Amino acid sequence: MNLSVNFAGVEMKNPVTVASGTFGSGAEYKDFVDLNKLGAVTTKGVSSVPWQGNQTPRICETYGGMLNAIGLQNPGIDLFIERDIPFLKQYDTKIIVNVCGRTVEEYTEVVQRLADTGIDLLEINISCPNVKAGGIAFGQDPELARQVTDRIKQYAKQPVIMKLSPNVTDIAEMARAVEAGGADAVSLINTLTGMKIDINKRTFALANKTGGLSGPAIKPVAVRMVYQAAHAVKIPVLGMGGISCAEDALEFIMAGAKMVAAGTANFHNPAVTEEIIDGIKEFMEKNGVKDINELTGCVK
Amino acid sequence: MADNKKCLAYITSQVKLADGIYSMWLKFPEDTDIAGKAVPGQFISMYSRDSSRLLPRPISICGINAPDNMLRVVYRIAGKGTEEFSHMAAGDSIGVIAPLGNGFNIKETAGKRILLIGGGIGIPPMLGLAAGIKGDVTAVLGYRDGSLFLKEEFKPYADVYVSTEDGSAGIKGNVTDAVKHYGIKADIIYACGPLPMLRGVRTFAAENGIKAYVSLEEKMACGIGACLGCVCASKEKDTHTNVNNKRICKDGPVFDAMEIEF
Repeated sequence: MNLSVNFAGVEMKNPVTVASGTFGSGAEYKDFVDLNKLGAVTTKGVSSVPWQGNQTPRICETYGGMLNAIGLQNPGIDLFIERDIPFLKQYDTKIIVNVCGRTVEEYTEVVQRLADTGIDLLEINISCPNVKAGGIAFGQDPELARQVTDRIKQYAKQPVIMKLSPNVTDIAEMARAVEAGGADAVSLINTLTGMKIDINKRTFALANKTGGLSGPAIKPVAVRMVYQAAHAVKIPVLGMGGISCAEDALEFIMAGAKMVAAGTANFHNPAVTEEIIDGIKEFMEKNGVKDINELTGCVK
Repeated sequence: MADNKKCLAYITSQVKLADGIYSMWLKFPEDTDIAGKAVPGQFISMYSRDSSRLLPRPISICGINAPDNMLRVVYRIAGKGTEEFSHMAAGDSIGVIAPLGNGFNIKETAGKRILLIGGGIGIPPMLGLAAGIKGDVTAVLGYRDGSLFLKEEFKPYADVYVSTEDGSAGIKGNVTDAVKHYGIKADIIYACGPLPMLRGVRTFAAENGIKAYVSLEEKMACGIGACLGCVCASKEKDTHTNVNNKRICKDGPVFDAMEIEF
């Protein structure tokens, strides 16, 4: 049975990774999950300098999901290169580094710093709903998205995954725009912008007022968008949005995702990625599937 | 390698202590040493069985029975998740990750006068600490009204004083009012409770040159230091986050009161 996939030129032992921001740098989960089993670890967004993030409360639960407005708090690229990359290199897994920035220059600075660090892929966050400048602004305008992709590709040594926002009218147009800018892959969906009101305190549940909705509640939206994006572009798709079991992951794969990521589910069960990988194997055995790639986009 | 995981704990007993306050003993699987590893001040993540409620509820440890691999939690119904827990009974099982966070620093307590201050649902972890600490211990417990849950259980370990908001028991007022009223002297304070109470404790400690440790709470998603949902501002740049934020779940929940902003 073959579980390995070639994603944008990188060989992954299986198609399962984690959604950026839900798994720290991997170190936080090392006691709970065998990182060697993952196809790749996707790290929390890193910027050129440390970011403080938003005020608390940053988190609230919603029906079948959660809202977060962390605000991309991160230690900055210097400490990330010094501490987090060497940590992950101890493991037999690929490293996808998520990059965030407020300006094109901030993105390209981080991408350049990562050039010779031996990481495997770059994922560019142009879709965070929780920071005011940069982030989602690039992810909601196809021409800006194409331009930022093009600029990043001028500096990137590793294949570039552009992470797309679902907070757009036409996801296919956004996928085509970043493909035109030279992207090697797309990942989607980032979180859906949402809001919760605390009726007893008559205020917002999050200090940021709005936050990104994730978890099982958004999965049908994510499957639909992965399907649309996969049909719009030739580059591979990394699918995510509410995946919490092997059956969910297989939906994304059949809709056209070459790889999949578990996000919020890590909070419900830190070992969920291992269970997803085992569950995909079981499904393949039971259904006589010899190669996971047979399933990719099999539902047209 | 992975050596910790979410597991199923069995409820061996649950009793209602007061309106909306429940006490539950949990027994952990035989292949774990969860209670043996636990120390006062740590918390456990408890998971709902209803899959529409994804996130763990962080609940402080109130009692430790290491030989039987059991922990006690005393919690308040704060929403639908904890309400669900309150309907559970002996024999039921519940998903947990435990123990999490860091306990109270009790390395420097020898020969010192220890003051434990608990307010409301901040009282349970102070009982766990009272049972785990030796020496000259005083406990000041702040309640909303005369429903004095856990108070009697402190008596084997500490001299106990009470304040109530409505004056129905002990001193009418808050915990610092009680400390001042009774003239309680201390070298180290450990406190858990609502933020206004903890701010009062910090001010009192600073004015009197007393070392103070406080236990904080915040909404959490992971409970293990990854999501950065539960941060509090710190005076010094944190070595992990590289900014002036500490993670309550991983770096806390107990902090030196002077090292953080709250």
